Amino acid sequence: MTRYLVRRLWQSVLVLFGISIIIFIILHLTGDPAVLLMPPDATQADIDNFRKLMGFNDPLFIRWPPWEYLNPPWRFLTDTQYGRFFIGVTHGDFGNSFRHQQPAMSLVMERMPATIELTLAAMAIAISIAVPVGILSAVRRNSVLDHAGMVVALLGQSMPVYWLGIMFILLFAVRLDLLPAFGSGSWQHLVLPATTLGAFSMARIARLTRSSMLEVLGQEYVRTARAKGVSEWRLVLRHALKNAAIPVITIIGLDMGTLLGGAVITETIFAWPGVGRLAVQAISYRDYPLVQSAVFLLASIFVLINFLVDILYTCVDPRVAYK
Amino acid sequence: MSNGTATLELTSGIDARERRQDLLRIIRELVRNKAALLGLVILIVIGVAAVFAPYLSPFDPTFQSVTQRLKPPPWRDAEGHLFVLGTDHLGRDILSRLIYGARISLVIGVSAVALAGTLGTLLGLVAGYRGGAIDDLCMRVTDTMLAMPFILLALAVIAVLGPSLRNIIFVLGITSWVSYARVVRAEVLTLRTREFIAAASALGSGGRRIVFRHLLPNVLTPVIVIATLEVARMIILESALSFLGLGVQPPTPTWGGMLADGRAYLSTSWWLATFPGLSIMVTVLGINLLGDWLRDILDPRLQL
Repeated sequence: MTRYLVRRLWQSVLVLFGISIIIFIILHLTGDPAVLLMPPDATQADIDNFRKLMGFNDPLFIRWPPWEYLNPPWRFLTDTQYGRFFIGVTHGDFGNSFRHQQPAMSLVMERMPATIELTLAAMAIAISIAVPVGILSAVRRNSVLDHAGMVVALLGQSMPVYWLGIMFILLFAVRLDLLPAFGSGSWQHLVLPATTLGAFSMARIARLTRSSMLEVLGQEYVRTARAKGVSEWRLVLRHALKNAAIPVITIIGLDMGTLLGGAVITETIFAWPGVGRLAVQAISYRDYPLVQSAVFLLASIFVLINFLVDILYTCVDPRVAYK
Repeated sequence: MSNGTATLELTSGIDARERRQDLLRIIRELVRNKAALLGLVILIVIGVAAVFAPYLSPFDPTFQSVTQRLKPPPWRDAEGHLFVLGTDHLGRDILSRLIYGARISLVIGVSAVALAGTLGTLLGLVAGYRGGAIDDLCMRVTDTMLAMPFILLALAVIAVLGPSLRNIIFVLGITSWVSYARVVRAEVLTLRTREFIAAASALGSGGRRIVFRHLLPNVLTPVIVIATLEVARMIILESALSFLGLGVQPPTPTWGGMLADGRAYLSTSWWLATFPGLSIMVTVLGINLLGDWLRDILDPRLQL
């Protein structure tokens, strides 16, 4: 089991490494970053100076002859742009945000708790409603409750997140004036954004719980337990649920990643001061260090969550470690 | 089909009559399942609207009229023209914009899925069949791409490349090939051990022939299911990009863009934001219904 977990850990590290390469490449996708970053009226001399200063003349990864950059071995890390970027990443140093003139990573870290709060609240709401609905739908199959629940779930999966958010604002904040439409501070501010963000996951988890539960309830050991006289609810809660939970846990883990990504739009609509909103603004004014740190941090959290889900998985279904 | 060597027909020898009966059976199944039928009807309506947009839409979607701003639905103006769903903040008819917006959504959805599906299937086939280092590499790349929050990735790439129809399809395509690759690879791994592959190999079929002639038709089933559901996801993602201002630029009407416009007038003119959102939801619902039915009859194992 430990070997399996160590292997997953190593894979996670590799994935983070790959992510750093991807976000590094994206920003060098089109032409000259020096031209991109300088104001439009800069002279050629200014641009050349800037390029030399920022080290854009150095190769991205490697240049001909390649052995020159590998001997001495640390030359790759000091003389290539990616090498310097990589060193920065390992120290958590993504450079200074162009706009705010502060270390990019610290700006992102400031906003992190808000995003985490939103994501956790969304997931909590989603799970606490979806799982019971899914279980009930499975146990009372083909009843009115089942059909109604699944129709609502299907609608929930078909709705674009931000439309739901806007409709919520329209209903609760404008018409009924019950909950605040934007900003943060009290728990009332959290309700609408968290519900909006969690809606899609709620729908998905409900449907998945129902189908997984149905599959488990059809198994033979359930029939045996029933024949032995175990009461229906005890059966469902103690025996079936643990087995049905396995695919649901996977989806929850994957959905955390989706939530982190979806938080971007929800945060924009509700003006929630989180990392997603910061990243969108940074992209709009081309603040690359900020974009890089935000994306890297969000991706790292997702990788971490997936790793935790793997650990949880081995507790719920120990067979997985021996595959 | 003769190429000199004796090629055994290793598919299960379905002749034309059996194929016809299968098709009839599928159609009968479809009609029986009311939900899927509804989905199909919705999609046909949206598709017809998209294709015949110039003939169906009552007005020019980009025609602005300051005197007709923000009229609630339904609105009949002085000359007797009927604006069924009202007008937006620039006096443009919302229904017409919705109809033209369907074009963008469907074109982007289908193109992105075609791109991602082709890419993902090819990679999945190669990774599954070859195995070894290539397989490992593909899996690492897949995990990496799954770890990136998609919206940010798409935003970053579009911010660098510039928003245009082509770029959006490109971005959506290259970020979503992962689902196809994973499923295709899993299928290939199962199929690889079957006798018909071993037989084909023993008869002298090279790798490429095996992959395209024997493996590909068999992995297409789950791919079709995933592709259908992915079109829905692509439509939502495209409208999200439009909502954030990075989609197809105005004056081309897009559902997401209409939503973004409508957001500012939420308290006074609710119809600007409500109808585009409804369109998106209904379209995606139709696709989901159809896709679910497809999954149920073709491959119930897929738990998506």
